[in-house]
Amino acid sequence: MRRFSYDFETKIIDLEEKLRKVNQLASQNPSFEREVKELERKIENLKKKVYGNPTPWQRVLFSRHPERPKVRDFINALINGFIPVQGDRLFAADNAIVAGIGFFGGREVAVCGTDKGKNTRENLTKNFGMAHPEGYRKCLLVMELAERFKIPFLTFIDTPGAYPGIGAEERGQAWAIARCIEKMLWLQVPTLAIITGEGGSGGAIAIACADRILMLENAYYSVISPEGCASILWHDEKRAEEAAEVLKLTASDLHSFGLVYEVIPEPLGGCHRDPNKIFKRVRESIKKHLDELMVKEIGTILEERHNFYRQIGNIFK
Amino acid sequence: MVSNENVNNQEETKWLRCSNCRDLIYKRIFFENQKVCPLCNFHYRLTAHERIELLFDKGSFVEINAHLSSVDLLGFKTPEETYEETLRRNQEKTGLKEACITGRGKIKGVECIGIVFDFFFMGGSMGTVVGEKVARAFEEALSKELPLVAVTASGGARMQEGIFSLMQMAKTSLLAGRFKRESQKAFVTLMTNPTTGGVLASFASLADFIIAEPGALIGFAGPRVIEKTVKAKLPKGFQTAEFLYERGLIDMVIPRSKLSESISEVISIGVNR
Repeated sequence: MRRFSYDFETKIIDLEEKLRKVNQLASQNPSFEREVKELERKIENLKKKVYGNPTPWQRVLFSRHPERPKVRDFINALINGFIPVQGDRLFAADNAIVAGIGFFGGREVAVCGTDKGKNTRENLTKNFGMAHPEGYRKCLLVMELAERFKIPFLTFIDTPGAYPGIGAEERGQAWAIARCIEKMLWLQVPTLAIITGEGGSGGAIAIACADRILMLENAYYSVISPEGCASILWHDEKRAEEAAEVLKLTASDLHSFGLVYEVIPEPLGGCHRDPNKIFKRVRESIKKHLDELMVKEIGTILEERHNFYRQIGNIFK
Repeated sequence: MVSNENVNNQEETKWLRCSNCRDLIYKRIFFENQKVCPLCNFHYRLTAHERIELLFDKGSFVEINAHLSSVDLLGFKTPEETYEETLRRNQEKTGLKEACITGRGKIKGVECIGIVFDFFFMGGSMGTVVGEKVARAFEEALSKELPLVAVTASGGARMQEGIFSLMQMAKTSLLAGRFKRESQKAFVTLMTNPTTGGVLASFASLADFIIAEPGALIGFAGPRVIEKTVKAKLPKGFQTAEFLYERGLIDMVIPRSKLSESISEVISIGVNR
């Protein structure tokens, strides 16, 4: 089966496919070695050209890439002995949220994340990573556990947004998100948020109000999806590419605004091309930030956190 | 025809047609009735100034932080206009600097801090200045030991300020959280038509008591977005104040004429302790 590719990278994917075939031939017939070398060089050059400086829209596409590691993959790779919390003990189990307690290195942590499916069948149970109120209320439970056990609270975020549906409205989507934001801002333990893919608006900020926000290089974090913005501005979702430019939603934009603490670089062409490398980098980054946060008094942490969120965007006339 | 966008007293006619029930209403009665249709009870939108006049004791409201106005943080522009131009256009249209007015006043004799949104200014959207005014209002209420009343009318976070608008959800929730932890006075939200998105999903829904005007549209997502997502027509009355009242998400649905009385009762909690 042909691998998934976006229009702007089709040539690379095609050449890589060709390389795979030529490599097979080369293993039987050494005379193909030269062609392999040449193809490899060609691909490397093309990758640098195509992937070297992605546009905001291309980054949005990477963040949504079907093969991009999902939050569950990050949790599986980074957290040992994960003990899940299944539901909100009020209404339902929301599979769009993965939550529980586990070990990061030798350290106990509480973890929440928005999880997309890897295929359509999975996405039917995970609702494409769009949580319902019960998902956010599950997060509230895990935040309480973090406080009880006095362990850091970690979140992984990859969601197009909170689910805009009938049941979600009936059960107070906005109420649940607001409670999460408030609770996390006042949480009496160190907190860390890692935006691994899509940081879709209210659905993302609900569990992103951390002491430090980290972002993968091709993740985005925005008040509205590029499509939503385009449809409001120009009544045309197809102009999402332009909207992605004006929204300033890339990790490097947000880092330059001082909102994001660290941008974690991805392999050229997106982290799905080398998941183990990105797991390693994220692990190192989390370790560094937890080490730095854990030596601080909780009073200091809260003061710094509150000052940070109090002064955000304080530029007026 | 009366429309929700533009109801004023300037036109020469004696009669108006209600855009909701399509009946003819006598203009003088309509205005005496605080812009509520006397026939179908449809609550038309009010400007922030009209709301303040209606809710607060005459002459008691003193605005604070009136000078704050937004700057273009992102260099946001569309082919039609820059964000600066959008701001100027809305300032000229409404006579306001921003989408909410904050201040100190009395409601039926009870002193409080008020936050009043104006939907006519960029759909009451919350950008950095609205977020800051909300935050400062909470701080003022805390330091003066006063209750706080927030009157919301907002489409949500302001797209034109991008991530900074989203972050106002955090800022205002932080302050609502502080108020609820440190104050012994009440925090009330009066949700008016419409209250949606980032304003609802932050400080507005964190109130001790939530009151809404009849028929107000209140929800996380807009009805069109939901219809597109679920690919079905929405049930009648979905996301109205009454719908949410039945589901226990808001505490009271109060007609406009009774609001001052009801709010003053709620913010009297703990005042004479």
